[in-house]
Amino acid sequence: MSSLTLSTLTAWVRNSAVYRSIIRHGVADTNRNRSLVIFENLFLHVHPVKVREKTLKFTHTFWLGGITMVATFVLFATGILLMFYYHPSVPQAYRDMKELMFVVDNGVFYRNMHRWAAHLMVLGAMLHMLRVFYHRAYRPPRQFNWVVGVVLLLITLLLSYTGYLLPWDQLAFWGVSVGTNMAKEAPLIGKPLRFLLLGGNIVSENALLRFYVLHCVVLPAVLMLFISVHIWRIRKDGGVQGPPEKDPGEEVEP
Amino acid sequence: MLDETADNLSELTSGEESRRQFLTKLGLGACAVTGLGAALTVADFLEPKVLFEPPTSFRAGTIADFPEGTVRFNQEQKVYIVGGAAGIFAMSAVCTHLGCITRPMSGEPGIACPCHGSKFDLEGNVTHGPAPHPLPWLEVKADAAGNLTVDTSVVIPHGKALKA
Repeated sequence: MSSLTLSTLTAWVRNSAVYRSIIRHGVADTNRNRSLVIFENLFLHVHPVKVREKTLKFTHTFWLGGITMVATFVLFATGILLMFYYHPSVPQAYRDMKELMFVVDNGVFYRNMHRWAAHLMVLGAMLHMLRVFYHRAYRPPRQFNWVVGVVLLLITLLLSYTGYLLPWDQLAFWGVSVGTNMAKEAPLIGKPLRFLLLGGNIVSENALLRFYVLHCVVLPAVLMLFISVHIWRIRKDGGVQGPPEKDPGEEVEP
Repeated sequence: MLDETADNLSELTSGEESRRQFLTKLGLGACAVTGLGAALTVADFLEPKVLFEPPTSFRAGTIADFPEGTVRFNQEQKVYIVGGAAGIFAMSAVCTHLGCITRPMSGEPGIACPCHGSKFDLEGNVTHGPAPHPLPWLEVKADAAGNLTVDTSVVIPHGKALKA
């Protein structure tokens, strides 16, 4: 009985003028309509319409890119929530962090979720690159996507690092003091780079604000851009490549 | 695989559902429960638990500080405390038009709003538009020693001044 009402409701929604103005194709019951689901959706059209069944097997890619991607989504969601309570100023930043930990409902949960997802994203990206390397998936035609992936790893590490300062506790302060002193040692550009990065000569309120803008606006925007290219290139390069197939013709590589 | 399902379907008596239909419902149901739970915890998270706003109740001197004809403007609390003919009363300084902060006029007795030119007399009645309502009076209490406490969260009717 309930399935009958559910299916009539579904049919009613699908036939409504509003639904049909948004989604123009029919139910995904034919090959053509299944393709249209992907083609006509902004978010899905970067994916291939069809994938080989074997590429979906866990051991083919160990789902490492996907795991990293899910961690990224979690980071966006929880990060936006944390921004509702955070002021990037001294000493309010530390107080806000304490408020999230001890006062706000579920504050500890979302803060820790952001932290653990960040660790997962770094770990996932590294393991994903190892997997790609050992499966020789960086080779033509995928050499450009490997470079995009390297940029994505750099952005991931920069996001981790800029987020490190935001709680404005001792760990954050000295972590960024040490890190920016390392940057200072770069030849020629080192000193001006540190000055620009911190907005001054010491880790101060300017540095907190700069790291905040980098962490919450600049780097996430660049990350989304490069992720879009990365995913789209997977389709353009013929789907994900798993373990290289054994070809008796060209056996031994030096 | 597909044929097998079709066979199973044909064997189902009406009202029964296949394993696939059941699992689809189970999966969608689990997603719905998770989504609902996430929405509720987010809503809970977004409600501030501590407010960093001035307290609505504050001390405002003693009865002796407000002889007849005194008008004191407390800028932080946005409140006038007035020593009127009938006694002491407190009045909101927030204009009833669009919420700007009014202030006492310099030349003549009265209160004016700098945003749109509303004017009020010293009892809060509108003497010039566009303000639609008089300034609300707020609760004032005095203890035995004559110390006054104003509570901006409690609105009292006009005319109920604190008898000195």
